[in-house]
Amino acid sequence: MPISALTGSRLRERRLVLGLRQADLAGRVGISASYLNLIEHNRRRISADLLGQLSVALGRPVEAFADTVGSAIVDDLRAAAARLPGAELDRVEDFAGRFPGWAATLTGLHQRVAGLERALEAMNDRMSHDPHLSASLHEVLSAVSSVRSTAVILADTEDIEPEWQARFLANLQADSKRLAVGAEALVRYLDSSGKELEQVLASPQEEVEVWLAANDWQPGDPAELASDAARQIAVDWTLRAGRDLLALPEPAFSHALAEHGPDPAALAQRFGADVLAVFRRIAASPGVEAGLVICDASGTLTFRKPIPGFALPRFGAACPLWPLFAALAHPMSPIETVIETAGPIPRRFVVRAFCQPRFPSGFRGPELREAAMLILAEPRGGGGDAMAVGSTCRICQRDNCPARREPSILSG
Amino acid sequence: MRRVLLIEDEANIAEALRFILSRDGWVVEVVADGALALDAVAHERPDLVILDLMLPGLSGLDILLALRADPGTRDLPVLMLTAKGQGRDREAAERAGVSAFMTKPFDNSEIRAKVRALLGA
Repeated sequence: MPISALTGSRLRERRLVLGLRQADLAGRVGISASYLNLIEHNRRRISADLLGQLSVALGRPVEAFADTVGSAIVDDLRAAAARLPGAELDRVEDFAGRFPGWAATLTGLHQRVAGLERALEAMNDRMSHDPHLSASLHEVLSAVSSVRSTAVILADTEDIEPEWQARFLANLQADSKRLAVGAEALVRYLDSSGKELEQVLASPQEEVEVWLAANDWQPGDPAELASDAARQIAVDWTLRAGRDLLALPEPAFSHALAEHGPDPAALAQRFGADVLAVFRRIAASPGVEAGLVICDASGTLTFRKPIPGFALPRFGAACPLWPLFAALAHPMSPIETVIETAGPIPRRFVVRAFCQPRFPSGFRGPELREAAMLILAEPRGGGGDAMAVGSTCRICQRDNCPARREPSILSG
Repeated sequence: MRRVLLIEDEANIAEALRFILSRDGWVVEVVADGALALDAVAHERPDLVILDLMLPGLSGLDILLALRADPGTRDLPVLMLTAKGQGRDREAAERAGVSAFMTKPFDNSEIRAKVRALLGA
C-alpha cells in the first residue's frame, strides 16, 4: 500500500472529526503524542503496521489514508518549482493533495509558460537569423528612407535646380517601385507566418527534414517536395540511405544493434562500414530514440533529427560546446560523452561524435569534412559528470558560459 | 570648408544626403563600398564620417573599429546611420565608440541638426 506524504494530514482530519485528542489516539496505538504530532504534520513517514493500527483506531480502512497523489501532477509541480527556487519541495505532495485545483492551475500555467517560451525561442530564432526576413526588412527600410528624404527635399526646397528636381523625381519613381516590390514580398512572407510556425519552412533543408520526419525518417518519394532544391537534397539523401542499407543490411543490422547497443564504432567494425553510415542507420532505425545532427567543415548544420528535450537551432549557429564541433577538429577520433542541457529542467544525453574526411577530387582536391553527433537519452539514474551545453546562445540560459557569443533573450 | 565623408551603398539615399548637407555648406564625398572606406578617410581627411552599418566589402562596425584603433582617427566624429536599428546593433556601435547613432528612415532636419552638432557648428 503506497503511503503518501499526505497520509498524516488525513489521519489528523479524521481524528479531529472524531473529537479525539492526540494523546488519546497515540495511547491507543502505543506511541507518544509528540510522535503522532510529527506524523500528522507529515514530518515523519509512517510504517504500514502503524498505519494499520491507526486506521483501526480511527474506524476507517487503510486506503482512506494511504492513497497517493498522482505522480504526474507532482512531477509537474516539481518542474514548475524548478523555474523559481524557493518552493517547499518536501511538501509538494501535501500541496497537491490539499489543493488539487490550485495544483492543476499551477501546472497548467507552467505548461503554458513552457509553450510560450518555445514559441518565443522559435520566433526570435527566426527574426534574428532568417536571412530572407532580414533582407526583406532592410530592403523596405532602405526604400522608405530614400523616398522620405527625397520627398521632403522636393517639397521643402523651393529653389531646387531643374536638373536636381528631375533627378530626384526619377529616384522617387525608382524607389516607389522598389518599395512596392519589397513590401509585397514582405507581406507574402509574413502572411505565411500566420500558419503554424512548424509548417513554415525556411529552407530546402528544413523542407527535407519535415518530409523525412513525416515518413518516420525513411526516405519516401522526393517528388512530394515542393522546391527543386529540396527535391535535390532529398534525392541525395535517398541515394545515401540506399548505400547505407546495402552496407548495413537488414535484418543483420537490427540484430547487431540489439546485441551491441548503439555503439557506432563496434557496429562499423562488424560490418566493415563507415562510422557515419552507422550513425545514419541508427538514427533512422524504427524504435530507436536517437537524435542526429550532421555538419560540414564550416560547422553549418546540414541535417537535424531532433530528440525530445534537446533543442536544435532552426537558424543560426549551434552551441560551440557541442562535441560535434570537437569531433570536426579531430577527424577519425571518436568522442563519447554525457552532456547536460541548460534550462529549468536540465536533461542529460549520451552523445557520440565522429568526423570523417573525404577527398572527392582526389589528391589534388580539397579535403572535405563531415561530422555527425548521435544523441541518445541517458539511461535513468545516470550520475557523474556531464558537459554543460546549450542549443544556441540566444535561447541558452546558462550563466557565465565561456563560449557565449551573445546575450540570451531568456536570461534574467 | 568642413568635409563630410558619407559611406553609404544605397545610391539614392546617398544622393539625397549629399544634396541636403551640401546646401548646408558642407563638402560631401560619397563612398559606396566598405572596403574603400578607410582609404577614403585617409585621403579625404574628413571632419565627420556618416557611416552605414550594412555595407559591401567591410561592415560599418569593422570600419568604426578600425577608425578607433588608429590614433589619427580615434577622435574623428562618426555618425552611424542604419536600417538595422536593433538594440544590439546600437550597443555594438556604442561599445566600438560611435559618436552618434540614427536609424533609417531618418528625418532630414534631424540629420542636419546632428551633423551640425557633431561638427560643432
